Amino acid sequence: MDLLTPELGLFFWTLIAFLAVFLILKKFAWKPILESLDEREKGIADSISTAERVKGEMTQLKSENEKLMVQAREERTAMLKEAKELKDKIVGEAKEQAKNEANKIIADAQVQINQQKNAAMAEVKNEIGTLAVEVAEKILRKQLSASEGQEAYMSMLANDIKLN
Amino acid sequence: MSSKRFLSLLVLVFGLFFQANYSFAQQEEKPVVAGTEAAAEHKEEKKGINITEIVFGHVSDSHEWHFFSTESADGKENAFAIPLPMIIYQPGKGLSFFLSNKFEEWKKNEETQTYISNSHEGLHMEKKMKEKVIADDGSQVYDFSLTKNVISMFIGVFLLLWLMTKASKNYKYGPMNAPKGFQNFIEIVVVFIRDEVAIPNLGAKKAGKFMPLLLTIFFFIWINNLLGLLPGGANFTGNIAVTAFLALVAFIVMIANSNKHFWSHLLNPPDVPFAAKVLLVLIEIMSLFIKPIALMIRLFANMLAGHIVILSVICMIFIFAGLSKLAGTMFIPVSIAFSIFMFMLELLVAAIQAFIFANLTSVFLGQVMEGDDHGHEAHGEHAHA
Repeated sequence: MDLLTPELGLFFWTLIAFLAVFLILKKFAWKPILESLDEREKGIADSISTAERVKGEMTQLKSENEKLMVQAREERTAMLKEAKELKDKIVGEAKEQAKNEANKIIADAQVQINQQKNAAMAEVKNEIGTLAVEVAEKILRKQLSASEGQEAYMSMLANDIKLN
Repeated sequence: MSSKRFLSLLVLVFGLFFQANYSFAQQEEKPVVAGTEAAAEHKEEKKGINITEIVFGHVSDSHEWHFFSTESADGKENAFAIPLPMIIYQPGKGLSFFLSNKFEEWKKNEETQTYISNSHEGLHMEKKMKEKVIADDGSQVYDFSLTKNVISMFIGVFLLLWLMTKASKNYKYGPMNAPKGFQNFIEIVVVFIRDEVAIPNLGAKKAGKFMPLLLTIFFFIWINNLLGLLPGGANFTGNIAVTAFLALVAFIVMIANSNKHFWSHLLNPPDVPFAAKVLLVLIEIMSLFIKPIALMIRLFANMLAGHIVILSVICMIFIFAGLSKLAGTMFIPVSIAFSIFMFMLELLVAAIQAFIFANLTSVFLGQVMEGDDHGHEAHGEHAHA
């Protein structure tokens, strides 16, 4: 039973050493360790929640982006379609206009040609007329220079008068 | 918990029984040895080992740090031991300091199986299972010597302080600085104590207040348990004075933090008939004191038993060698294998006992503080068992 009786000396030294260890470690080890652990845990929890939030935001952004993309694609298609229509319209209009213009020009040209032709014909006719008169004058002068011619002419005129 | 406590008691009883048994065995052995080898009787008697003496010499405190002894050719024993300082207080005489090697001549009193030393400054030592400093005139002596256990504790304490302050140095760089090296290990243990010991028993709000105490108890016990396992180490935590002090700390903290709710329930249990109330109050008051006593005995018995078992297993080699040289030689591998197994077990027990001590301290603390906030009702029950 000797082992079951505590010795005073060992009790005393244990008391001193334990209290010293307790006070020293409390100040220099446990306090910084526990405080740092708490703060780190808080920091990690904050980081995780921030990451979670950012992730949510990213997902939102991504879906928004996709929406925007789809919208943009639709818009592009619409714009392309519109542009094509516009182009077709413009081309069609231009063609129409060009045709009209061309027709007008052709018509004008024909009118002018006809006018020119008529003018030319009139001139030619005049010229021919003048030439014929001149020829006839010359012939007449030739015929009438002789007396029989004058007489024939006179008779012819007289015939004409008779007929009238 | 109850099975654990039962086991501890069983081990304690077994240990004491073991010791008694060996004394018998020893007494019976002598005539056998003397009978078979009559010629060498004298020498054999001197050489025959006293297992009780060896085992209890190793597990009890000592005023010198003994490593091993050799025997020179003339049969004289040379002990390789460090004498430790003795600090003796005698009322009326005051303090006296000297080294323990002043007690150098030991005589054996065959009747009481006690070794008695020479006298120095009016003091002498008696060594049976324990060493006692006794005044020659029989007056009161208070022994505050730096014994083997005290020195071992100082080594443990300095180791603990060094390791902890080293590990906590890194924290000055801020809490978000990544922990490294030994700091990682400390943090795992600290978080374990906080999350598995303090918070479940004390609640998150109060855990912080008692964390330094629980951590100090845990590491103090653990490091000293481990130091005790080193060959040549002291059986510090297997000493009842040490566990008594630790239990006293737990008890004082318990009483200092007990609340009105606890005392009113203890002294006046509600909804109980008067006759039962008297009995219940008696039992409750007893249980209040039994709790720290259980703490004290548990650690003491576990560590002591571990040491005794390892030593006994080693000593078996010599017991068998006493029967025949061959048996002793054959038993060496068995003994070594078993002691390795025991060492592994003791490594585990060193941590487990430290954990249990810290855990039960927090359980008891949780009980006396119950009712402050009604968040943790269930925790007290399993510790009552």
